[in-house]
Amino acid sequence: MGLISNRKDTVAVIGVGTTDFGNLPEHDATSLGIWALRNAADDAGISLKDIDGLIVQRLTDYQKFIQITNISPRLVTATPGAGRMTGGTIQLAVQAVLSGLLDTVAVVYGNDGRSAGAKYGGKGDTYGTSADQLWFPYGMTSPGAIHAMAFQRHVAKYGTTNEQLAAISIAFRKHALLNPNAVMKKPITFDDYFQSKFICEPLRILDYCLINDGGVAMIITNGDRAKDFKKKPVYIKGIAQESRLAQGELPEDFGYSTMQRVSKQVHEMSGVAQPEIQSLMIYDNFTPTVIFTLEGFGYAPQGEGGAFVENGRLELGGALPTNTNGGHLSESYMQGWSLNVEAVRQVRGELEHRQVPNVNHVQYLQGGPLSTSIIYGSEPV
Amino acid sequence: MSEYLKPLPNITPHSKPFWDAAKEHRLLLPRCIHCKAVHMYFEPWCNACSEVGVEWQTLSGYGHIWANCRFHKAYFSGFQSSLPYNVAIVQLDEGPKMMTNIVNLPYGTLNEMPIGMRVKTFFEDVTNEITLIKFESA
Repeated sequence: MGLISNRKDTVAVIGVGTTDFGNLPEHDATSLGIWALRNAADDAGISLKDIDGLIVQRLTDYQKFIQITNISPRLVTATPGAGRMTGGTIQLAVQAVLSGLLDTVAVVYGNDGRSAGAKYGGKGDTYGTSADQLWFPYGMTSPGAIHAMAFQRHVAKYGTTNEQLAAISIAFRKHALLNPNAVMKKPITFDDYFQSKFICEPLRILDYCLINDGGVAMIITNGDRAKDFKKKPVYIKGIAQESRLAQGELPEDFGYSTMQRVSKQVHEMSGVAQPEIQSLMIYDNFTPTVIFTLEGFGYAPQGEGGAFVENGRLELGGALPTNTNGGHLSESYMQGWSLNVEAVRQVRGELEHRQVPNVNHVQYLQGGPLSTSIIYGSEPV
Repeated sequence: MSEYLKPLPNITPHSKPFWDAAKEHRLLLPRCIHCKAVHMYFEPWCNACSEVGVEWQTLSGYGHIWANCRFHKAYFSGFQSSLPYNVAIVQLDEGPKMMTNIVNLPYGTLNEMPIGMRVKTFFEDVTNEITLIKFESA
């Protein structure tokens, strides 16, 4: 027997779980992860003991996690609590299953950012290379400010407008209103958007994602076994990633060329072409990211992402329903994880009021800086 | 000089010549001795040609605004009284991009500091020890 054996050809998600989202001070990130995994195991109809691989993100106390879930995984690892790491974390789980190393891998995310007072900017913030030397003395800090700058460049180059950002914010809020678990429950209008306060001009608070507590888990196995569980399996048909970190925080082309390569790879891998994708889940840390990502992955021509999001195109009932759970802007800031769970639930067809009709393929897109895409589908090939 | 409340740079042994020069009102950055690429980081390795070895180069101090924004929220208490304030990325004529503030604007709005605007260095001695390199319209 060599190092590689028992290779599999297909991978599927058999269980997904989410916690409540919002302000949950009675739980730390680890217990939020446990809560999510218990729900995912129920969803799959398996016992926690069936889990033989564990990859946790953001929650740091894997010791407590394993003691309380009382599992004996044959692989345990943890990835840093940054949204950019979500795609790579899922890639690891997929590869562990494909190689035949593991049968049933849990990927678990726990985030107590709201209760723990997480800040995205200011003293101690690690966003930005050498920020404590070259950014902070000028008052520069935060991912939001970098996205404000990126948007200004998009405005200068292509004429993109704040009205187009508002359209994104309003669309995702409409979706959140159909999602009982969403944090934001109030409708918003264009006037609300333009009356909301600037955080880092030209971006307003309604261009920013939420900061809240919650947990998310997914259970992944090989496609041969996947049919034997409680719910219809949802296949991971393609998963691809490329880093653009070498270009710094703000790439000259908004990450376009990197996303184009990831896009080509994920569509080739999955055999699913863009016209077959019926819904998108886009990592929406800030509204401009949605525009850059639609362009980078070729859904909108380069420079025309702003016009693309107008007239309800991203809304349920529109041509390309996007972030049907409300996204990071209005459902919860689960750093990509909840969007992946939403993709699975869309393909299963279990979302009632926010269900896109007759869905076979949903694509997850993370613009950067670790550009990632995953295509989920109802059939293995 | 009254007490300075804004963040001061965390200077490292590798970056000390940059800050010493700033105090003398010069913009000094490392340049690769092989491919002559100018770096906005203070390590001996070149990310353009992958060789090792840099020398210090005094730059022209001219460039253009490459990106801009304006803070309405104080992430640092020392900036509270300056709100709203701008931050810009200036691309120097020699290539590197640096984070900075644009000074000497009549009203301080983003419209007065558009992307593409020509700028030149403005050295601001914020403490007896530290000079920040800011920019103004050229």
